[in-house]
Amino acid sequence: MLQCDYTTSQLDVLEAEAIHIMREVAAEFERPVLLFSGGKDSIVMLRIAEKAFWPAPIPFPLMHVDTGHNFSEVIDYRDRRAAELGARLVVASVQDSIDAGRVVEETGRRASRNRLQTTTLLDAIEEHEFDAVFGGARRDEEKARAKERVFSFRDEFGQWDPKNQRPELWNLYNAKIRKGEHIRVFPLSNWTELDVWDYIRREGIEIPSIYYAHTRKVFERDGMLLADHPVTNRGDDEPVFETVVRYRTVGDISCTGAVQSAAATVEEIITEIAATRITERGATRADDRSSEAAMEDRKREGYF
Amino acid sequence: MDILRFATAGSVDDGKSTLIGRLLYDSKAIFEDQLEAVERTSRDRGTEYTDLSLLTDGLRAEREQGITIDVAYRYFATPKRKFIIADTPGHIQYTRNMVTGASTADLAIVLIDARKGVLEQSRRHAFLTSLLRVPHLVLAVNKMDLVDYSQERFEEIREEFTAFAAKLNVTDLTFIPISALHGDNVVSRSENTPWYQGTSLLHHLENVHIASDRNLVDVRFPVQYVIRPHNATDPGLHDYRGYAGQVYGGVLKPGDEVLHLPSGLTSRISSIDTFDGPVTEAFPPMSVTIRLEDDIDISRGDMICRPNNKPQVAQEVEAMVCWMSEAAKLAPRTKLTIKHTTRTARALVRDLHYRLDVNTLHRDESASALSLNEIGRVSLRITQPMFVDDYARNRLTGGFILIDEATHSTVGAGMILESR
Ligand SMILES: Nc1nc2c(ncn2[C@@H]2O[C@H](COP(=O)(O)OP(=O)(O)O)[C@@H](O)[C@H]2O)c(=O)[nH]1
Repeated sequence: MLQCDYTTSQLDVLEAEAIHIMREVAAEFERPVLLFSGGKDSIVMLRIAEKAFWPAPIPFPLMHVDTGHNFSEVIDYRDRRAAELGARLVVASVQDSIDAGRVVEETGRRASRNRLQTTTLLDAIEEHEFDAVFGGARRDEEKARAKERVFSFRDEFGQWDPKNQRPELWNLYNAKIRKGEHIRVFPLSNWTELDVWDYIRREGIEIPSIYYAHTRKVFERDGMLLADHPVTNRGDDEPVFETVVRYRTVGDISCTGAVQSAAATVEEIITEIAATRITERGATRADDRSSEAAMEDRKREGYF
Repeated sequence: MDILRFATAGSVDDGKSTLIGRLLYDSKAIFEDQLEAVERTSRDRGTEYTDLSLLTDGLRAEREQGITIDVAYRYFATPKRKFIIADTPGHIQYTRNMVTGASTADLAIVLIDARKGVLEQSRRHAFLTSLLRVPHLVLAVNKMDLVDYSQERFEEIREEFTAFAAKLNVTDLTFIPISALHGDNVVSRSENTPWYQGTSLLHHLENVHIASDRNLVDVRFPVQYVIRPHNATDPGLHDYRGYAGQVYGGVLKPGDEVLHLPSGLTSRISSIDTFDGPVTEAFPPMSVTIRLEDDIDISRGDMICRPNNKPQVAQEVEAMVCWMSEAAKLAPRTKLTIKHTTRTARALVRDLHYRLDVNTLHRDESASALSLNEIGRVSLRITQPMFVDDYARNRLTGGFILIDEATHSTVGAGMILESR
């Protein structure tokens, strides 16, 4: 890393920036929480948190918004990693929100709990009085995200107002809020998908097995490969077949597509990503395909 | 591979979006699905060519109005460097966005339409770049295809702009004749401009030397967070007390004598810790944890520096302020929250010396207030001492933000000129 002219590699710069952001939050907020789904971005975020406060433990809990439709490999990973770190894990359950009548389950073949998560998330933030919520979103993911701040203000309804964002200069972050409001904090804002994978390789971080090529029963819907699973409501006109796939993103089973791939190691994944010509969201997220402004709309409502 | 952060500015229709689109496209940072979405929208709007500028309009309001409103960040990489673009809209009402984008930029590209030459807006963009002390400025003279790749026209623009830039603090100024649409001198040198001896824009971005832009001379380590594990079971950690922060200037090494502010006490660095093990040196922009040999009462907002090289300890500062609030104005007696390094305090505007016309650089000393997107020189009185440097010497210890005490919005950005 060190060279005579004190240049710093891209991953070291991104890591230093993310650590700075995490420490700002720990210093300025009373009740931060880190959203940890077991997906690669939140895995990297958690490693950064581990580094930022070492040798002290991470000074805030983790939270997962569990749709109940998650891959079991990912849930196992989530629990194992939280236990390893001795971190408190808050699980906010979409099923509980449904049972409590806070949200109504969608119906039909394409029913998904993806959108319902927003209510569960906002309810949990309110219940636990979290004032800063770390998310693993990156600006390279999506157009609306490209304009979001690192410290992204949410009003008492959890809403994001893209036209009324706080200017962000140098490395100074405005942490001022009133009770009931909160800040979403994105320490990986300046990372790209490739940076995340390079970092996972460099750090030798374990990731859930579904990121690697494996054999799975899938079927095709809207040009995507979905897992054959009760929550995907496969119809008779959607023939199932077995193939070698991996996941580029880890989300709700009902709307996360797999990609055909033989990449079985982090190196192979990096090679594959460097050559891909489709964004991870375009390839694998039905939730973002619905319209050009899909993400912006969900974010306005308080989505991740 | 290191990172270059650059900001782009240009007047509407100078070709900024086309240029960014081309850089992203040629470096394969645009994906098929993004391109398809753009092609679809172009078709829907009845545009004949694929409008790459649509790639950069992120928000619905922007797409509807067909203009860029907010700063957008874009990413691409070549085998040599990773690039972060702060794409800032050019219109005058978005001065605040350009200031925001320029605050972290190593380099700024100001676009000029070769047919129109140096406009008032080009001057403003260059001025903001120099005000924010962006170390490298590139003047991209675009649409050279529309002036028959004329060397004469290019030289004319170069001369006019050079004369103007002499009034600014621009240390590194590069002129490149390009056609964003056709790709001349963007990625590789063009045969259409045999008279041009310089490199292509991308080559310049890949090779411009930025390592020495950081201040590696004045040790500045604002304490961000105190790490105390309070681990009762591990005796090694029981007494651990580390000062976490990011290095804002200079090079720190274990054994170095350091001075703590505000106490004025000195000690030595016993170790510089990271999760990956202790390091022998820390320099910007590393985030590390420092331990000292002596027990000093140190908390967030304090500064660690060298006994013979201290920042100013100031409660009165002189600064250029860019005002960013739509609702409120800045005037003498305005009270605000100030955030500088890791320190937050209250500030009172004692005086507004003048308002600067960002187009002509004329100083209006009769001005009684600053409103949105205006820039002026102010004196501030702060409720507690800040550890500051001139912004020209160190952007991180010389910059601050102002926060409205009622709305909590960020309403101003300040650059310290001199302090008492
Ligand atoms: N002939 C020519 N046209 C250009 C060039 N660069 C951009 N344009 C055109 O100028 C118009 C405005 O460009 P755009 O990138 O949208 O400008 P912006 O407002 O600065 O983002 C579009 O019609 C572009 O196709 C160039 O180098 N040559």
